[in-house]
Amino acid sequence: MIFNLNILFPEIFLSLSIFIILMLGVFIKKSFNIIFNLTSLIIITTIVIILSNSNNEVKIFLDSFTRDAFSNYFKILILVSSFFVLNSSKTFIMDNKLDKFEYPIIILLSILGMFFMVSANDLILFYLGLELQSLSLYILASIDRDNLRSTESGIKYFVLSALSSGLLLYGCSLLYGFTGSTNFDLIADQLYKDNKGAVFAMVFILVGLAFKVSAVPFHMWTPDVYEGAPTSITSYFAVVPKVAGLALLIKFMFIPFSNILLEWQTIIIFLSIASMILGAVAAMVQKNLKRLLAYSSIGHIGYALAGVATGVISGYQSAITYISIYVIMNIGAFSCLYLLKKDGQYKENISDLSGISKKHPILAISLLIILFSLAGVPPLGGFFAKFYVFASVLEQKMYPLAIIGLLTTVMSAFYYLKIIKTVYFDDSVISFESTKNKSAQFSVLVSCVILVTFFLYPSIFNNFVTSLFVN
Amino acid sequence: MIEIGLGHYLSLGAIIFFLGVIGIFLNRKNVIVILMSIELILLAVNINLISFSIFSNDIVGQIFTMLILTVAAAEAAIGLAIIVVYYRNRGSIRVEDIHGMKG
Repeated sequence: MIFNLNILFPEIFLSLSIFIILMLGVFIKKSFNIIFNLTSLIIITTIVIILSNSNNEVKIFLDSFTRDAFSNYFKILILVSSFFVLNSSKTFIMDNKLDKFEYPIIILLSILGMFFMVSANDLILFYLGLELQSLSLYILASIDRDNLRSTESGIKYFVLSALSSGLLLYGCSLLYGFTGSTNFDLIADQLYKDNKGAVFAMVFILVGLAFKVSAVPFHMWTPDVYEGAPTSITSYFAVVPKVAGLALLIKFMFIPFSNILLEWQTIIIFLSIASMILGAVAAMVQKNLKRLLAYSSIGHIGYALAGVATGVISGYQSAITYISIYVIMNIGAFSCLYLLKKDGQYKENISDLSGISKKHPILAISLLIILFSLAGVPPLGGFFAKFYVFASVLEQKMYPLAIIGLLTTVMSAFYYLKIIKTVYFDDSVISFESTKNKSAQFSVLVSCVILVTFFLYPSIFNNFVTSLFVN
Repeated sequence: MIEIGLGHYLSLGAIIFFLGVIGIFLNRKNVIVILMSIELILLAVNINLISFSIFSNDIVGQIFTMLILTVAAAEAAIGLAIIVVYYRNRGSIRVEDIHGMKG
């Protein structure tokens, strides 16, 4: 029993620290700064705890909780990305009077939910983790409670996400009924394509998961929530839940649904193609940068799903590589938004970027790097992400998927290049304040450096991702 | 007399489930009705789980149901809180009025 608790130590540490800082927040006045710094400390400590644990596969609590290299990698990715998202957005939070002490605590709670999601090996634990994450995200979307747009995005996200949880849960109940177990391994043993009820259940579960990663046609909430929520929350939404959602999707494909590959493959291919096309087409007409990034994230999820659609381990690995680089690019892109400040207002329209290269050359070149990387221009990180995905898709001889993917890459380059044209060749309109937002500048710098130097070590990263699936 | 079997329970669950889904999509009046529809969906799932659990002699389904009940309560609480906050800003919770962002 003590042995088991040792494996669960990161989660136990995280939940106990949440209780403690919740108490501190209630009893200390003006506690935002203290709580915020403690949250960063807790995140770093949890990373250290996970790194100091071994990566051997262990299953505890009646095989309902797994700890292996896969879940540890995703936990660290979640923690590191939320650390950067939180710290780069601190000035934004203070400027927009969002500095309530609940803010970082709810983020920690959602991280705890994601921990259980990526470690779950049982439908019950998986559902509870998912709901802990979703409930925290509903609150985060409407955290700016005196702002009509923020609360509206909260309501939209709540209704659609609750509906998707309902669909997913209905799928879970059917899966339990038709396979007789809630354990992923036992479900995998019982699941064959003759088991029509369970295949039916699989469709419901896929719909629910597609909602969570915002794949087309279940993406309706994404643009509205991204635009309405405060930018600091949007950057969190664009990065961290996507990672957890994709981890969950890969886990479902890899363990419980591994025997019905042909059944789910068609669905994922459809989701992937639809997301890639919509992400490329709908983003062209956007004027708001946050809305544009929403459509771009839908497109990027489409590429990651193309890797999952191959149904082989190398495909899953390429999807993991893709989502890791996606996280780096999006942290950089959103950190740039925190630097666009004028008279205490944060600008978020593309027209506001007009001609900033003359007065802010460093910001302009960082935007150039990040946008080129998002478009997939070699030799930046985004190119390698796409390269691995398409390489594994072609290996499986899925030519239509690869052709559509490459076409949409070219199409989506159009709107990224349009922003770069606005930045470099249009007349200068606004000059932004010279910002003292050091942490956002640091995030932009880190993401640019990783993206530019990625071509030096793609094989090291690739080998590392390969090692996640060796048990 | 007909024997009431697993199929009947599952049909009841499916009917309630689709009533809930349809309630969300066809409703044009009030957000509270959407909240009720979501509860309906979760209750349909509970009916499914309990009948599966009884008919396959396995207790796990009933434990799952208990956990879903707690989650449903938390979800309703948060949903109502968001609706209250929205009402304070907008002065209305009609579904037609929730269209501040489009495109």
